[in-house]
Amino acid sequence: MWEYTDDVMEQFHHPRNVGKLDDPDGVGEVGSLACGDALTLMFKLDESGRIKDVKFQTFGCASAIASSSVLTEMIKGMTLEEAARVTNKDIVAKLGGLPDQKMHCSVMGQEALEAAIQDYYKRKGGTAPGVKKGNIVCTCFGVTDEEIKKVVHENDLTTVDEVTNYCKAGGGCGGCKERIAELVEEVQGQKTHVVHKEKPVKPANLTNIQKMQLVQQTINEQIRPALRADGGDIDLIDIEGNKVIVAFRGMCARCKMAEYTMRDVVEARLKEFVSDDLYVEELKD
Amino acid sequence: MADVIYMDNNATTKVADEVIEEMMPYLREKYGNPSSMHTFGGQVGKKVTQARQQVAALLGCEPDEIIFTSCGTESDNTAIKGTLEMYPNRRKVVTTRVEHPAVLTTCRDLERHGYSISEISVDRKGNLNVDELGFRLDDNTAVVTIMYANNETGVIFPIEQIAELVAERGIVFHTDAVQVAGKIPLNLKNTPVNLLSLSGHKLHAPKGVGVLYVRRGTRMGTFMHGGHQEAGRRGGTENVPGIIALGKACQLALAHLEEESTRVKSLRDKLEKGILQSCPDCFVNGETPNRLPNTTNISFEFIEGESILMMLDQFGICASSGSACTSGSLEPSHVLRAMGVPFTAAHGSIRFSLSRYNTEADVDCVIEKMPSIVNRLRELSPFVKSRT
Repeated sequence: MWEYTDDVMEQFHHPRNVGKLDDPDGVGEVGSLACGDALTLMFKLDESGRIKDVKFQTFGCASAIASSSVLTEMIKGMTLEEAARVTNKDIVAKLGGLPDQKMHCSVMGQEALEAAIQDYYKRKGGTAPGVKKGNIVCTCFGVTDEEIKKVVHENDLTTVDEVTNYCKAGGGCGGCKERIAELVEEVQGQKTHVVHKEKPVKPANLTNIQKMQLVQQTINEQIRPALRADGGDIDLIDIEGNKVIVAFRGMCARCKMAEYTMRDVVEARLKEFVSDDLYVEELKD
Repeated sequence: MADVIYMDNNATTKVADEVIEEMMPYLREKYGNPSSMHTFGGQVGKKVTQARQQVAALLGCEPDEIIFTSCGTESDNTAIKGTLEMYPNRRKVVTTRVEHPAVLTTCRDLERHGYSISEISVDRKGNLNVDELGFRLDDNTAVVTIMYANNETGVIFPIEQIAELVAERGIVFHTDAVQVAGKIPLNLKNTPVNLLSLSGHKLHAPKGVGVLYVRRGTRMGTFMHGGHQEAGRRGGTENVPGIIALGKACQLALAHLEEESTRVKSLRDKLEKGILQSCPDCFVNGETPNRLPNTTNISFEFIEGESILMMLDQFGICASSGSACTSGSLEPSHVLRAMGVPFTAAHGSIRFSLSRYNTEADVDCVIEKMPSIVNRLRELSPFVKSRT
């Protein structure tokens, strides 16, 4: 069982400011049903530009609900400039702490607030000051490089596991862990504690049999575990020259992200471990 | 804290009072070593022999086919790895997508060591696609390991049919029966199962004792080197109080078997029906007739499992969930996902697992509390569209 603080349990059992607003000035929506948590936050300003009213709705665990609730209490009465300076750390502090694996709940709160502020400026026809648009790094949970850099910077994170706890990035197939490590390094400017996967020396001049074996081995060791983590699987069907034909099974066969998985996981791994010349095709039943 | 309404019996069970009474003297005055040559130790040895007979009676097998272990996980590990050791030229294990982690992670580790693992799928109701098994078996297959019933959904697999099929091919068959022992009748004499795992704390014995059943004639070497205990296969002084407790628990389980399929089942059915009737947008995962009599797994749309558990906890109601949040991982239950349950519904799944200690009042209380919990969380959820 999680060790939640009394404040977390209090906010969970008696959440403040639940619901929706008519005619809000800004609305932020983050997360999704599939991700396991989601939050919609909306606010209304008074004449002096302070947050007069704020409401939220959260799908998620106790800490997600508590984080959202306490955030609405914190920002009431703030100007948007003040609200924009609220970090996930402030939310955690207000709750008296969160379990490590639940830090992403506080980050979700902060992100919803940020999204709502951006929405406000967008409605006004401008953009929020200091907003950086990022590129998706973690495709499983849709986390961008800018979001990762932000949690690393604000919470002084040094490992990939910590990043996963704070924003879920890397918690699905794990294919983006190296990129996350690079981002941590970029922010912290130092070597992180991440153990890089050992890369085998790519053998030159493979015979066809050797190539097949190496492809099968790479699928078994590097690709299949990641897909299985998502309830899917992959079978090697055939190899024709440099064309590797595979079939997705289970969840992967139905997954909308399959095309992405094919290019960024399957093909990338085979190129990395076997040969740069390989390309992959999917056999559809 | 309010009185506990314990409906998490697939996780662990209350130790029966009779079991505690039976084991207590062996923690206090009768502390002899069963291997000793004096009467003081010998009386303990006799009691261990009795426990072995009691376990055998529940399983419908011979006492010398019982090896006491420390838990179900040890039994599973030993069954799989022990068999591979006996057949060094065979490099394949056949299993299912929905095994308990004790089997699943063991297989994944074997995969890293060069074994090939073949996982059989399940359908949307959680039933095993048995047809798939036929063409997964080959001369390279050393062991087939398939659970007797699933711990999350309670769906029972046709183990007798599977065991016959595997035996025809001359392959070793292991089943993790941790969830079925004491819940449905077993008769290993008539079922060609080679190896079977059982865990004490799932049938009202304490934690720390388990069983590996090894059918006569099945190849299994020494897996813990030491003394001559457990016919030399698992050395080490016996967990005497645990073994005696397990023996007693098996005897009680046998006596209560019918109650499981009558009273406990009717309580489960009442609970399930009651919740489905009073809460909109929910459904049973693994709704098949061939289900353990004590288990129901219900998905509540638009809300998250951990929140439901925390709300239930307020009233002292203990259950569990397949949501990602409860596991500390970011992924919901692998069992529900293998069944094709949408992520959203998997996140909102709750498992209630009953035992003979549950009462009608327990069930009524849960049925009464559930709608208000679901409604409160749905009021909080951004995914519930206001109904008109």
